[in-house]
Amino acid sequence: MEILYLLIPVSVVLVFAIAVAFWWSVRSGQFDDLEGPAFKILMDDDGPNIPNSASTRKDDSEKV
Amino acid sequence: MSGTQTTYNDKVVRQFAVMTVIWGIVGMLVGVIIAAQLVWPELNIGFLHFGRLRPLHTNAVIFAFGGCALFATSYWCVQRTSHARLWGGPLVPFTFWGWQVVIVLAAVTLPLGMTQGKEYAELEWPIDILITLVWVSYALVFFGTIAKRTVSHIYVANWFFGGFILAVALLHLVNSAAVPVSLTKSYSAYSGVQDAMIQWWYGHNAVGFFLTAGFLGMMYYFVPKQAGRPVYSYRLSVVHFWALIFTYMWAGPHHLHYTALPDWTQSVGMVFSLILLAPSWGGMINGIMTLSGAWHKLRDDPILKFLITSLSFYGMSTFEGPMMSIKTVNALSHYTDWTVGHVHSGALGWVAMVSIGSIYYLLPKLFGKTEMFSTKLVTVHFWIATIGTVLYIASMWIAGVMQGLMWRAVNADGTLAYSFVESVKGSYPFWAIRWLGGVLFLTGMLIMAYNMFRTMAGGKTQDAPVVVPAAHHA
Repeated sequence: MEILYLLIPVSVVLVFAIAVAFWWSVRSGQFDDLEGPAFKILMDDDGPNIPNSASTRKDDSEKV
Repeated sequence: MSGTQTTYNDKVVRQFAVMTVIWGIVGMLVGVIIAAQLVWPELNIGFLHFGRLRPLHTNAVIFAFGGCALFATSYWCVQRTSHARLWGGPLVPFTFWGWQVVIVLAAVTLPLGMTQGKEYAELEWPIDILITLVWVSYALVFFGTIAKRTVSHIYVANWFFGGFILAVALLHLVNSAAVPVSLTKSYSAYSGVQDAMIQWWYGHNAVGFFLTAGFLGMMYYFVPKQAGRPVYSYRLSVVHFWALIFTYMWAGPHHLHYTALPDWTQSVGMVFSLILLAPSWGGMINGIMTLSGAWHKLRDDPILKFLITSLSFYGMSTFEGPMMSIKTVNALSHYTDWTVGHVHSGALGWVAMVSIGSIYYLLPKLFGKTEMFSTKLVTVHFWIATIGTVLYIASMWIAGVMQGLMWRAVNADGTLAYSFVESVKGSYPFWAIRWLGGVLFLTGMLIMAYNMFRTMAGGKTQDAPVVVPAAHHA
């Protein structure tokens, strides 16, 4: 099973890489707010995008 | 900000969304054909026999249908949640056209018998190189867009999409390593049991990252959006992500129970497969409970029906999978149609239904309409697809357990009680029911295509302006 000499180191390196990503995300404050982000995606106005309609004009007026 | 001039890149989402439906029909049609070939063997004609078409079916539904759905939804989600247009300029259309070329090449080479003979990685080395180029571009576009996001938080769905993109790149590179001998023939860089181990390290992680993590990204964006409610627990979704990716990589050996693979490696595979039940069910419950307090929405919203039903099938197949990875259960289920049923409870019930629901969410928005041409037809599609899936899974359970019991039955003197062909004969009625289930599912996709083209008709398309983040604190 020489292949394990490849696969096991790959897994170990990977776990460290994932750990670094996790460490970065915690340190950079990604998880400081674990409630808000769930609501925020609902507040993005991405309703029907109808050319020249009232809804798109409303989008434009909101973006100042 | 460049103000009102900046728009999202919806063109590429539009292209991938339409091709999801087209390739879904093609891939499922090939599936229906090979299911018919098992029931009526005289349908195996020339090079269009089961052996050639089966890899075409798996490649078409996983990489063409599933792949296009993942491209469409991840490109939509990453732009909306990052409040930024896709990064990458010409790389973006390259991911679309490159991926379509890969699919067409697969459709040509596989029936001609050009194959590396590795399940779900059959495509020959020149196509593998093209896949690598497309995939690296995809990663650059996706992470480039994350990098230029205008909000500091990276929404959880993007973590799932990002994990899926990186893991698939790694899996593809390691498993597809081969020595070419001509343009259309190569030999794997690994041999014997080493090759088997690499193959199923790839194969199961492809299930885990291509068919699970990517589609969980879809779930975490489109279920809350369609339900109009935040995900049940955002905290749990973050735990779900890290738990899943920390524990996934070693489930593969359960595909090699009772083979030349060392016994302890098989046991490691089994243990990791059992561990996976926890994050899988955590995610499933999180998705379904998003509807908590708003269950009435399920009554008349067929898109939500698709999304929530997909999660039920996800829960079912992620319970069934760990059970089947237990060696004593596997002794009965291995090599039988039970495995085929298990795969399809994930593929039809989970992957296809969550994709279909998400694409139904996207289509009207992409083509300047308020809703699909016919909501009634979406409901019809939902019921046809659900009945088709249940027929498929139930018939394969019965056939699989019957086959397993017949193969292991021995007479008092130790000889086998049944010949192999007797188990084949006994399977015919169930294969016919499976074919019927497939026909129903395909019919649903044809209804979806009709509904899609009617929704697209006369609609003017334009790219939506980038929305300024709703909350001011970042």
